[in-house]
Amino acid sequence: MTPLTNFTVIAPIVHGKEDELRTLLLTMNQAPAFADPQNSLVPFGEFDGLHFARFVILKDETLGDLEEFYGPEAAFPDAPVYLAFLGDCDGPPDALLADFANLAASGLRQIFSYCEGFDSKCDLLRWMRDHSVRPAAAYVNTIGRTVRQIREEAELTERLAKSLASLSVSNGLDVPPRQIRDELIRAVRDSGAWPTPVPAPVAWQLRRLFFLVAAPLVILLPLLTLGLAAALFVYGAVLLLLGAVLVAFLIPLRRHETTDPDVQKPPKPPSEEHLKLLGERHDFDVTNQYSVMGSFKPGLFSQRLTTVLWWLINFASPILYPSGNLARIKTIHCARWVFLDNKRRGFFASNYDGSYESYMDDFVNKVSFGLNLAFSQGLNYPQTRFLLWGGAQKEQQFKDIQRRHTLPTEVWYKAYPGLTLVDIARNTRIRQGLERQMMTDTEIRQWLAEI
Amino acid sequence: MVQPISEFDDIQAILHSGFGKLEEACFLLARITDLKEAKAWLSTVAGTSGAGKLSYHVTCACHLRESYQGQALQIAFTAQGLERLGVPLDLFPGGDRLHTFSREFSLGLVRGENDQDGHSRLLGDIGENAPSHWQWGTGEKIPDVLIMLYAEEGALQALRQEVEADLALGFEVFDVLRAANAPDDDKLRREPFGFPDGISQPEIDWNASRQPRGVADTEYTNLIAAGEFLLGYPNEYDLYTYRPLLDAEDDPEGILAAAAEDPGRRDFARNGSYLVFRQLEQDVEGFWRFVYAQSPDDDGVGLAEAMVGRRLITGEALVPPSRIAIPGIGPQAEDISLNSFTFGADPDGLACPFGAHIRRANPRGADLPGGSQGLFSRLVRMLGLKQDGPRADLLSSSRFHRIIRRGRPYGRMVDRQSALKEEQPGKKTGLYFIALNANISRQFEFIQNAWIINGKFNGLDGESDPLIGNRCPTPLGLPTAGFNLPQTNGPSRRILNLPQFITVRGGAYFFLPSLRALRYMGRQGIR
Repeated sequence: MTPLTNFTVIAPIVHGKEDELRTLLLTMNQAPAFADPQNSLVPFGEFDGLHFARFVILKDETLGDLEEFYGPEAAFPDAPVYLAFLGDCDGPPDALLADFANLAASGLRQIFSYCEGFDSKCDLLRWMRDHSVRPAAAYVNTIGRTVRQIREEAELTERLAKSLASLSVSNGLDVPPRQIRDELIRAVRDSGAWPTPVPAPVAWQLRRLFFLVAAPLVILLPLLTLGLAAALFVYGAVLLLLGAVLVAFLIPLRRHETTDPDVQKPPKPPSEEHLKLLGERHDFDVTNQYSVMGSFKPGLFSQRLTTVLWWLINFASPILYPSGNLARIKTIHCARWVFLDNKRRGFFASNYDGSYESYMDDFVNKVSFGLNLAFSQGLNYPQTRFLLWGGAQKEQQFKDIQRRHTLPTEVWYKAYPGLTLVDIARNTRIRQGLERQMMTDTEIRQWLAEI
Repeated sequence: MVQPISEFDDIQAILHSGFGKLEEACFLLARITDLKEAKAWLSTVAGTSGAGKLSYHVTCACHLRESYQGQALQIAFTAQGLERLGVPLDLFPGGDRLHTFSREFSLGLVRGENDQDGHSRLLGDIGENAPSHWQWGTGEKIPDVLIMLYAEEGALQALRQEVEADLALGFEVFDVLRAANAPDDDKLRREPFGFPDGISQPEIDWNASRQPRGVADTEYTNLIAAGEFLLGYPNEYDLYTYRPLLDAEDDPEGILAAAAEDPGRRDFARNGSYLVFRQLEQDVEGFWRFVYAQSPDDDGVGLAEAMVGRRLITGEALVPPSRIAIPGIGPQAEDISLNSFTFGADPDGLACPFGAHIRRANPRGADLPGGSQGLFSRLVRMLGLKQDGPRADLLSSSRFHRIIRRGRPYGRMVDRQSALKEEQPGKKTGLYFIALNANISRQFEFIQNAWIINGKFNGLDGESDPLIGNRCPTPLGLPTAGFNLPQTNGPSRRILNLPQFITVRGGAYFFLPSLRALRYMGRQGIR
């Protein structure tokens, strides 16, 4: 089993050194925000199990909102500016961090020398571990799919496409599909082995199965163990309790949703300079990076609510969405939610397919409820109704506020440029189609059409 | 919240109709040379003063609804033109984005020489399409004003001369884009490749008979909220699109209407729209010769039809008609025969390839795949707990991404046979692409970027629109010049290296004001 995991190293930048650090980071790129995989500072391409990586300076340009909306006591003038080093990797993140400390020591030391408390003589790996933060929630599109599998399957598809093209030239199009498949299998065998299927991540599956079985069991437990009358009594009591909790939650929720000073005003638009900066850093690859940060509304209610909701996202997403989609969004490779500064602020990072505008379109039109759950406690988020409605459904307000909070990522790396999640899943199906023993004619036709 | 639209005397007629009965058209690109004279002319054509002096005026939708019009004049402005007329244009005056023009319009179709923020790349305007090659729309050749003239056959010349003579005082017309005369032997308008064009249009919900955001939106609708095309009305989110609203003191004469959602303010944009104009040159010979070389058996007609997604002669879609009625299509039999379809009936792309032009330009999808069946089923699908196959739910809902098209072809029309036979040097042919929408980034730009030029559209790989794609590789070198035709018998037919058939030659984003706004701009004395 090779679960996809992540590391998040976050450290405050020495005051006033931020511009110098940015200049250094930008030297790693071959295009704006698009890292050269062989750059001399951190040659990401050398790390086998690394899916995505990024360096981003967490400078919150919206910090002034706290005081503006909630008065001087809410201000956070000494909020640090952080450097975040993020990676998504196969296997334990600690092993990959150790690889980084070995193979990119001088580059990383140079970068981290701009961070507070970094001593040129310190143990780099230890320092990175000490500054590692565990995200409150993390999501991966398909649990257990490794970089190696993605690359090998892509290469296999390419080989098959070439063979198919030359077969079509020599045979014409009137050969029965079954025969074409047989010839393809032969041709691929002749040109070398194809990747061995990756063993299914059993532990993840078991964990998922456990919850899927356990949840109904717990619900049915009173009915199975008690008499009908007693069971009904238990259900009634539980429902009453849940109802009471719900009311106790909804009353303050509605109060916040209607009276918080920051929802009284329309979301603030991003500045023109900020939009220009963001515009430059998108759509070089078919996948894009997204980094966004902001302050939570002051007060325990928003902190606690977000803690619970992010915990739920982390707990439920691998069970409900183990492969291919997060709710209705099928374009997110991986994502993480991180608390900063004792939950006064938060940071979200994701890697997604398609353009920024279409990502936002999905947010607004397909999963506005999910966006509201995850982010509505952020300062100046468009007003929600009962947590699920409103919010991201307010199209232009939502797009404005999230753009204003989006960070212009400095350096971003992807191990398989040119491949979208749709491509990757298709390549897996193509490989599986090679291996299957029994296939109907229809299945073979569909398989051939995908190559 | 949604209310029927009644101010047809304030809406320029092009929002209502493409002037199909007026065979001739031309588009004047002009710059303002004398502010006072320019305003005087605007004020006159918009009917403020001395309207009787001229034999023409800005045609409004009510004219068309009341009686036949033998000629028509429409006016639109670029951001630069509005600025010269003294309309406040600051991107975010006072940090208030709600009360101004959209960023896309204010910055324009071309944002400076080296495309630093990637806007041209986002639209596919790179390579041969790059603005540096354009005949107009950049630098000195950005017009302030677009004046669109339409007339019956033989009557355009006189109208144009009269208008140009009057314009001479306040404007300099630096280019006249002449549309081709529509052939009168054919009811269907055709673009230069020979396919019927402009036959699928969203139906504006003038009567406010549909409430957006309902359960019905889980099925495809062609009846679209007026606010998607007309500013000042609720859009498909049942919200008002950001637009310039002025303080009452900026409109002392009370020319403008009150803003619907904010009656204390004056709505400069109400009944107006954004107009996207692009000059698309079409290589008719190249197109027909290429498809002929690929499929000589039928002169390439079948392949051309697969690239378009419609039949060449009749314009009918390649996919079978929808079994259920689609709101906003019909009642005319012709509309039903040409437009009553979705692509749900062709899940494998066997009838119409996934990459076909009409399948990209409007995938005809709804809010939730699977339609409106059952509350529980809807909940399961809304939460994404059930996915029907790898292609399910990849596309955005169409109702947020529609445009009204009012394009006209230009140049000499070359028919298919002669395109194959002889070289036809000389005059270029193409299409003046004209689109109307209320939110340029969500409508025109989204369609162009996420659907038309996207190499990975709908799970495809290495393609772009087979008709209008630019064929340029992506910045990382991925090809976009392929075209895949799924086949019933197995492997797809794959065409590589499609040539570029369409080249952008010019263009600009315009604001198409209401008649009130025209009169407001025509006032003397401001600035």
